[in-house]
Amino acid sequence: MEKMTQDQVRTIANMLRKRSLWMIHYCTGCGAMELPPTMTSRYDMSRLGLAPFVTSRQADILLITGYLNVKTLRRVITVYEQMLDPKYVIGFGSCALNGGVYWDSYAVIKQLDRYIPADLYIAGCMPRPEAIITAFQDLMDLIDSGKADGYKRYKRDLAYYKENQRKVLG
Amino acid sequence: MVSTILIAICVPLLAFAIGLTFIMFKLKITARVQRRYGPPIIQPIYNLLKLLLKEDNISHGVIFSLGPIIALAGSILAVFFIPIPGLNLLTGSGDLIALLYIMAIGSLGMALGAGNTANPNASIGISRALTLMFGYDLPLVIIVISVILQYHTTNLADIVAAQANGHWTLWTLPLSAIVGFVVTYGALGEHPFDIITAPHEVATGPMVEYGGKHLGFLMINHMFHIYIEIALFVDLFLGGASNLFWFYIKMFGVFFIMMLCDEVFLRFKIDDAVRFFWKWPTVVALISLIIVLVK
Repeated sequence: MEKMTQDQVRTIANMLRKRSLWMIHYCTGCGAMELPPTMTSRYDMSRLGLAPFVTSRQADILLITGYLNVKTLRRVITVYEQMLDPKYVIGFGSCALNGGVYWDSYAVIKQLDRYIPADLYIAGCMPRPEAIITAFQDLMDLIDSGKADGYKRYKRDLAYYKENQRKVLG
Repeated sequence: MVSTILIAICVPLLAFAIGLTFIMFKLKITARVQRRYGPPIIQPIYNLLKLLLKEDNISHGVIFSLGPIIALAGSILAVFFIPIPGLNLLTGSGDLIALLYIMAIGSLGMALGAGNTANPNASIGISRALTLMFGYDLPLVIIVISVILQYHTTNLADIVAAQANGHWTLWTLPLSAIVGFVVTYGALGEHPFDIITAPHEVATGPMVEYGGKHLGFLMINHMFHIYIEIALFVDLFLGGASNLFWFYIKMFGVFFIMMLCDEVFLRFKIDDAVRFFWKWPTVVALISLIIVLVK
């Protein structure tokens, strides 16, 4: 009986969470250029309940917009760990997927998922605002079905992520 | 006894509901002015419930967690001092001057909480908040004195009663009413007076370290804050109202004009804002005070 109530609470909470996603406005690479048209009048992402926010404590989504330097990775990890559970990460563009055009660079990390858990990737260089909005809708579906569990994975496999982070950060 | 408890629960809920609907309309009005569709009308409810349902709630000490609650308690107390149609509540036991002091508790509670974090943005934000309060309190006190002199009473209920049959303070003391509007607008912290939260400069200022449940309480406090400021303006200058419907319509009218102003202005620097408040509103308020004294 108690388990059933807990499940119901979780379902309702997920339903509310997917309707109000606050995105931290933290830009790591050139992909951030596609965000202003997504936010403003042309594509208006606030229709879906999304809003840009400025501090990590208030935000729910972290967008890794494009390539991620080793130098920036340190800050991204700080920001990610400052965010409050439940939190979601979207890898944005082909650089976050596999390094993209920076695949042989010594200063850029190749695969985001080895350092912080990504819930979703958007392919393309650059992804258009339509693709970003589709990605947000997919993320909402994942949250609704309880599959967006990156923050749980980060807690469970902390040793793995910390090991990978230590390798590049030194 | 039972009715007293019922009133004590229902009046804050009513104030909260009015503030909530104002926030809903605010999002939609902003969107329409910017030629966007805008979020769903009940978006603030989703935001609030999401914040209250966060799994993680980081605290930086006892005072940090108590800050939003002190602010909220101060706001709820202030709600009881403002007469609403048909109910005078605590208006008889405290007057307009007491209310002015109680209204400051909200900012002070936030200052306590934000001061407990080590974040420099929070310190800058809270120093801006208190400086801005210092700025708009001078003209506010002058116009309150002129209203008190006009009606020979400090009791807010008597002031509302004296304005019955359309003898609004807006018509009898238009200069004070204009200053009152500017001061209320500054107290709400909309553009160009949004220096306190200025997301691009100090990253939402005092709220920078607040997230989850604490931020939820601060949002509720903000809804109460909107209600208190605008209800006080309506009671002082627009003659209160005979029933709740007209009270709401008057408040919404004031809020709507404020939201349209919010869309067209940029942001002051803090010294410019204080200079503005101490120049034009203060001079106009003093002229209004002299008019009342001569009359």
